[in-house]
Order: sequence, then structure tokens, then C-alpha cells
Amino acid sequence: MSQLMSADTGTNEAAAGGSSLLEVHDLKVHFPIRSGILVDRTIGHVRAVDGVSLTVERGSTYGLVGESGCGKTTLGRAVLRLVDITDGQVWFDGTDLAHLGSEQMRRQRRNLQMVFQDPLGSLNPRQNIQSILTEGLQVHGLSTDRQDTRRRIVQALDDVGMSGRALSRYPHEFSGGQRQRIGIARALVLEPELIICDEPVSALDVSIQAQVLNLLEELQRERGLTYLVIAHDLAVVRHVSDTVGVMYLGSLVEEADSDTLYAQPRHPYTRALMSAVPVPDPTVEDSRERILLHGDLPSPSNPPAGCRFHTRCPWSQPQRCAEERPELRTIAPGHRVACHFAEEIAEGTLQRN
Amino acid sequence: MSKKSDRIDRLAELTAARAEDSEGHSVWRESFHRLRRSPMAIVGASVVVVFVLVALLGDIIAPHDPISQSWRDEVFPNRNEFVGPRPENLLGLDNMGRDQFSRMVIGARQSLLVGVVATVLGLSAGAVLGGVAGAAAGLGGVWGARLDAVIMRVVDVMLALPTLLLAVTVAALLGPSLVTVMIAVGVAQVPIFARLLRGSMLAQANRDYVLAASAVGVRTRRIVVAHILPNSLGPVIVQATLVLGIAIIDAAALSYLGLGNPDPAVPEWGTMLADAQRFLSGAPELAVYPALAIIITALGFTLLGEAMRESLDPKLRK
Amino acid sequence: MPLLTVDDLSVTFTQRGERDVHAVDGVSFTVDEGQVVGLVGESGCGKSVTSLALMGLLPSRGVRVGGAAHLRLNGGSGAGTPDDTIPDQEQQGSVDLLAADARRMRDLRGSQIAMVFQDPLSSLNPVVPLGLQVTEILTRHQGLRGEAARTKAAELLERVGIPDPRRRLREYPHQQSGGIRQRALIAMAVACRPRLMIADEPTTALDVTIQAQILELLKDLVHNEGTALLMITHDLGVVAGLCDGINVLYAGRVVEAGPRSALFAAPTHPYSVGLLHSIPRLDAPRGEPLTPIRGSINDNIAWNDGCAFAPRCDRYTEACLEGPPELRHRSGEHLHRCVHPVGEGHQEGPASGAGPAATSTMEGSG
Repeated sequence: MSQLMSADTGTNEAAAGGSSLLEVHDLKVHFPIRSGILVDRTIGHVRAVDGVSLTVERGSTYGLVGESGCGKTTLGRAVLRLVDITDGQVWFDGTDLAHLGSEQMRRQRRNLQMVFQDPLGSLNPRQNIQSILTEGLQVHGLSTDRQDTRRRIVQALDDVGMSGRALSRYPHEFSGGQRQRIGIARALVLEPELIICDEPVSALDVSIQAQVLNLLEELQRERGLTYLVIAHDLAVVRHVSDTVGVMYLGSLVEEADSDTLYAQPRHPYTRALMSAVPVPDPTVEDSRERILLHGDLPSPSNPPAGCRFHTRCPWSQPQRCAEERPELRTIAPGHRVACHFAEEIAEGTLQRN
Repeated sequence: MSKKSDRIDRLAELTAARAEDSEGHSVWRESFHRLRRSPMAIVGASVVVVFVLVALLGDIIAPHDPISQSWRDEVFPNRNEFVGPRPENLLGLDNMGRDQFSRMVIGARQSLLVGVVATVLGLSAGAVLGGVAGAAAGLGGVWGARLDAVIMRVVDVMLALPTLLLAVTVAALLGPSLVTVMIAVGVAQVPIFARLLRGSMLAQANRDYVLAASAVGVRTRRIVVAHILPNSLGPVIVQATLVLGIAIIDAAALSYLGLGNPDPAVPEWGTMLADAQRFLSGAPELAVYPALAIIITALGFTLLGEAMRESLDPKLRK
Repeated sequence: MPLLTVDDLSVTFTQRGERDVHAVDGVSFTVDEGQVVGLVGESGCGKSVTSLALMGLLPSRGVRVGGAAHLRLNGGSGAGTPDDTIPDQEQQGSVDLLAADARRMRDLRGSQIAMVFQDPLSSLNPVVPLGLQVTEILTRHQGLRGEAARTKAAELLERVGIPDPRRRLREYPHQQSGGIRQRALIAMAVACRPRLMIADEPTTALDVTIQAQILELLKDLVHNEGTALLMITHDLGVVAGLCDGINVLYAGRVVEAGPRSALFAAPTHPYSVGLLHSIPRLDAPRGEPLTPIRGSINDNIAWNDGCAFAPRCDRYTEACLEGPPELRHRSGEHLHRCVHPVGEGHQEGPASGAGPAATSTMEGSG
């Protein structure tokens, strides 16, 4: 645990007094691959999350970035126990969520909420907004007084910039941005401490994305919320996060505070990812160095031995990378990287193949 | 006020128009609005309404007693002498000198009764099986998956038997009676409803809003009842409408085969069709009337069902 | 004369009992040989409908298409021998894609113009091996058969960077990754060396590192083959790196157009400016504030009443409602359709009388 604590970036004022709110320790989520007609046999496992440890400071934003199939969404859902955890611990405010009974976990969900990628799909089409917002209060026994319930849900709507007129209407009557606001209001109404945002803007139109990102920041300032933001878009993650973790094939390959990660990416995958993100500026686009990766993501059910990234890594070294799996090690305060040759690549002593 | 400021007001009006829409419209209501505009639904619904009215108000509509052989001296089937339509008997007389129109009208009641009871029976039994299987498979973990597998294999076996054969088997086991027909036709519809509801529930169980409800802290039981089930009912309701048409045909077929209500005092379209068969050469219209009635009624329900399917799922419309 | 000249293209969707929807409302642009032109906008701006209209892929019922889109043909070499059934105008070396009949369009598609769609999985026939889908095109347009077609198909797959092409030819689309599938689609598009390729959000469904691969591939194809590319996307970053000319669409009309350097250096339409400021840039310092465009794309007014963007615009005044704004030259080839363009001495903030729209920021968007 002491090694985990040393990952504290020290950049966040809010974290100065308090400790971490969420500590994920060696989390593993393996989905069985089953086949059979009457009796299922397990014929293998998809290692969606394969040993991830990370710490989210109270009042800060931790951004998790990676491409599809890297396990970031599964990790977010595992924290909320929406998928079964295979192994590891999830310490939330002193409680290990991974080993709670299902009813205790259900009660805990009041403190951890989630905002989903697809704003329409995550709202029940047959519930009106009032019903959507009230449900959480009801199941946690917070909806005892009609007047008070109404006040709370109107307040939550107001906080996300919508009026109480929305209450009697249904999800399909709103635009994408409005639906996402409703999704955020549903999380807010329970007054959680941590909100997991799974691709909060990727389904929205470009001009709406900023509205939602600004809203999330504003809510964090006002309420001291802690966020775990999961997204594939490095620019979005960097914009909102204090600390950024980069995932590849089920594990964390690099973690640093947002500006350090941009200025000094140390893992080859982070570099490739960074160079692939398009920037809306022709001068930047024409001049930047591109690191094109070859091939595709290997299957998470049969990950490569050694470093998971060595099959696509432009710097991969014949022996060590293929055999020895690199540990996530601290190379500078608050900067962890899982690469054998991070220093050599940074110094330029190791050239691209 | 200048013209310009009028325009500014109009801009505000245009942009605010959407927000001012005070009343929310549920998905059900929007479907109903779409349904009202569909010609298919209008035709289907008209047929169904006429059929139901005739069935319910049969005693008032029917001009004569359907079983009294009032004109028995005018009809001689063995000499091929029949009486066709005439002012006092709109559809003529049947082979025993009874008023054919009155028999058709009263016969509708039997068809409606069998159709509704059989459908409700099939729907409830199928919905229970499918609902349990769907809930178990969607959210029940390993044991849920096993329960689902067992239920669905049983349903598969039922599905493997042809509907009518299944109905004939049940009818043969229980002996001919009205209740037999209802149970037989109902049982035959069970696997369809079970599969439909289960499939629909499994599809809904994978949707994000179910995950979202779970994330909010809603109990599994409530997720099934309040979220998954209401969203899975659309196809089942459509199917029930379609099955009503099928049930009427199946019931007529059973009666035709002599497995229906044995009471000769109760006119029934299927039985009438079977009886008329003997006189096809002399009075083909006696078979045509009940056959047409069965076809048109079944078509009405089918049209209504198809229109409902389209209105519930606008994506199907092209 | 440019390769493709789109002149006043309009597409109207009509449905009985409903108001007509002007999806594309008088769009004009040109594409030169070997040039990459971008159509940029959000969902509902008409960019995809434009591409479908050019390909002749819009449904024939309930759609009204107006305007013209002339594609220059290359002096008979690729278009086959002169034919009496082909209208006079085409003999002169150009064809109006909007007026050509279905048979003519089938010939043109694949040989002269080709399209790459957003979703590579649903664009490929799932029950036909990849190879057969490629050779089919070669057979249809170039008359290649058997081993010759297979060899050519393998060459094509190799050219778009698919490793082990011979094996892939026998495999089915679902066995491939998204990146491979999109490469296969591009291979099919370039199979007959079309003169114009239309790519509708070709990388939106792909991961960012795969997107980089595909964009690089498209760049190579344009550079080496001289194929012109019409790139349809919502991503300004993609446009900045790839396109020579850019057209920004809003509510079915071009609101700003120009060469990429001029447009990105000094965007003048408030919508283009808003788009640029509402997405976080990777190279911006952390926490740099974003300036969103208020409201949603549904908050617009009909172009005939004034500027469709007015309800969402910070610079909106009464003047914006005096009829449809004209597409005017700013400088050189840089065009904009705005009464109060950014950077042309207009006081910031809304003028008096704009109250309702300005205060509806959160309400309207909310």
C-alpha cells in the first residue's frame, strides 16, 4: 500500500488534507468463455482487466484512457460491482467493495454513481424524467416526503442547467446533450462522492461536448466531487483530469499527472496514442512526428507473453520484451510506467526499429 | 412596434417552442398516435370492432332463433332443394331449415369466446414461462442460466410439434368440448409467447438503462418488474393480436374435425363449415359464408397486429 | 475545369402529412483532381446526404433532388468507348451525377467514383468471403476473372496494407478487425482507380491509432494515385491534417469555405469558431476553458427567415433576421455566410433586442 501512496501526485489542493477516496488494488476481471448445450463448460477466459492498481484522490479527477478492448469500461463497472470481480480489492472510503455482500454493495451505490456513454440507451424509454430521477431516492429510502423529493429532483435538474418543466417529459423528447444532462442529474440527486463517467461526451455532437465537459467541471468545483473519467479520447481525458492512466490490453501502462503525461510520455504506447490524436491546427498536423503502430490489438483472451505491447511496439527489443512482463514502476514522483526501456527511449539511446 | 422587433420576438418564439411543449408524450402514446394514422390499422380495427359488436350483441342482431327449424318443410337436402337469400332470411336457410344469417351472428360469439380465452391462456402461461426464463437468464447468474436452459428446452419440444397437431392431441386427450378447444388452442400458443417474451427480455437486459438502474442501486427484482418487463411487452401484445386471429382459425379447424363443442344447439363457424361440406354441390354458399367469416375476422386481427407492430417500432417502416 | 463541380445541390425529404425537410439547401463546391476536400459539420448538417446524392444512393421516393453535380470524365480512356445512348453532354467529357439514370450510375460507381462508409462491418456482405467481394468489382468493371482477378485482388489488399492478403481473401468480414475491414473497403473503392473517392466518416468507428493508420493510407492513395477525395467528417482534427479545401456545413448550407490554412488561421463564421473552441485540444494546457456553442443543433430557424445559426450565436443581432445571409468572399477563396463575421470590427456581445435568445442559453440548451 505504501507504494500506492507514493503515487500521490501532490498537485491537487483538495487532496492536501484528505487521503485517497478510491484505491483499486491488483484488480482482475476475467470473463469466462463458455460453450455447451445444457451444461456449460468454461473453455477460456477473456482477461478484460488483468491486475490494475490505481488511487483516486478525494476531490480530484482521474482519467483512464485507452482504445476499445483495453478494459477501461470493465474497470469502471467493476468498481461499481456491475460486473463480477475475479480478484483484487476496491477500497472506497475505507471499505473493500470487492468483498461486500450484495445488499451492502447496493446500499453503497448511493455514494458511487455512474454516467454512461449512450445518453438515450441509458434512460428507460418508458419512464418520464420525474420517475427516472425519483427512482434512486426511492430505492435508498430517501424519498419519504413528497415535497422534499420534488425539491431535490428539481434542484438536481437545475444544477445541470435544465428546468423543472422537463419532469413530465420522456427521454426521446430531448436532444442528445439534454439527455446526457439528465443522466448526470440522475447521478447527482443521490449526492454521491464519486462519479464514474464512462465516455461522457463521445456520443455527443462536437458543439455539445464542451457544454457537458464544462458542466462536469462546474459541478466538481461546487460540490467537491471526485471523478473517474473513462474515455478513448486523450484530448478530452487530458482536459478534465488531474491524473491520467493509460490502459493497454487489461493493464495500466503509464500513469502521470495530466501535464507531465503530455510533456514527457514515457511508454511507447502513450507516445503512439498521443501522436495519433488529430489536432485541429494545420501547422501542428503538418509538423508533428507520427508513430504509426502496426497491426491490431491482440485478443484479450490470449494476450502476448512478456510485455503486452511488444507485438506492436516500435522500440521492442527481441529478448526481454517478449519474455518478461514489465512492472508498473515509479520513474519520477507521481509518474509510473510499465516499460523496461522507458529511460533509454527517453534519452534517445534506444532508437525505433 | 417595428417590424424588426416582431422578428426578434418570433426568433425567441421559434427557439422556445420546443421547451414550451408542456405535456410529455410517453412511448405508448406516440405509438397510438402513429397507429391512428395507419390505413392498415383502420381497416383491421374496423373488422375487429364489427366482429366484437356482432359477437356481444348477437341476440339483438339475430332476427330469428338460430336453432329453431322454422322453415324445415322448404328445404330438402336429399333432393338438392335449398332456399337462397330472401327478405326474411338474408343469407337463406341451412340444410335443416334454420336461418343461416342468425346462425352466423350467434356463431361469432363462440369464435370470440374461444379466441379470447385461448389467447389469454396461451399468453399467461407463455408469459410466465418466458418471463421466468428471461429474468433468470438475464440476471440470475450461473443457476439462472441453468433454469433458463431447462425451461427453454421444454418450450422447444412444444414448439417442435405443429400447432394444430398439438391442439388435436390435447383435444383427443380431454374429449370434445368447448373447454377442450380453448385449452388445446391456448396450449399451442404457449411456446410462441414464451420464446418471444424471453428473447425480448434478454435484449432489454443488455441495454444500458438496466445497467444504469443497477448502478443507482435498484434491486434486481425491481429491475425485472419495473424496467425490463414493461419494455419487453410490445412484441408480446402485438403477438397476442395476431394469435387471436390464429386461435379463431384453429378453433374452427378443431370444430371442423369434430373435436369442438359437441352440442348441436350452439352454432359455431367451424362446425357449420363441416356440416355444409356435405352439400357443396347443391348449396356451396352454405360453406362459403362461415369460411369467409373466419377468413375476414382472422385477417382483421392480423392487419391490426401488423399495424401495431409497425407503430411500436417505427424503424420497421420504410 | 475541376473534376467535380457541385452547383446549388439541394435535397428535400418530403413525407405526406409532414413538413418538408431541407436536408441540403443549395450547396456548391468543387473538387480538383488529386485534391482532398472536406465537408465538415455535425449530425444533421446535410454532409452525409450530400455524399449519398452524389453517389445516386438516395431512395427515389419521398426525396427531391435539385441542382447539378458535373463529374469530368477522362477523355474516353476510363469511361469506355463512345456510345450513342449516352447524352451529348457526356460526349463532351462530363456527366451530371444527379441527372444520370440508374444504369449509368451503376457504371460510374466503382469505375469513376467510389465510396467508403463509416461502418465497415455493415458495408461488407457478412456471408460472402472478403476476396469474392473484391473480385466481384474487378469482374464487373474490368472484366477480370478467375486467377487473374484473385491476383489483382491480393495486390489491392497488399497495397492498402493488409498483411497476408492471399489468406484474407478466403476469410469472412467478421473474422477481421475493424481496421482490416476498413482497409478492405478502401481496397474495394480504389480497385478500379476511380477518379473521385467519397469517404463518409471513414475513421469514426475506429480507434485512434487505427484511425491514424487509415488516414495515412488515404493520404498515400491521393498522393500516389492522383485520386481526388471528398472527406466527410465531424472531426476538425482529421480535416486539419488531411484536407486541402474545407467546407463547413450548418443546417444544410455551407457557412464557411476556404483553403485549410486560411480557414484554420482565421475562421470567421461564429459556428466554425465555436466548433474550434468547444473541443479540447491535445496540445492545450490542462484546464484551459472551453467555450461551448449554446443550445443544440435542433435550435435553428429556417434559412429563408434569416441565419439558421442565429439562435445559438453570440454575435446575433436583428440584422441576422433580414432574410438569408449571402455566401460572400472574405479574401481570395475564403468564403463565409455571416452578417457579423468574427474579426471584422463588430462589438462583442449581443446587441440590444437580442435579449430572448441570449438569456435562453441554459434554458434552451438545458
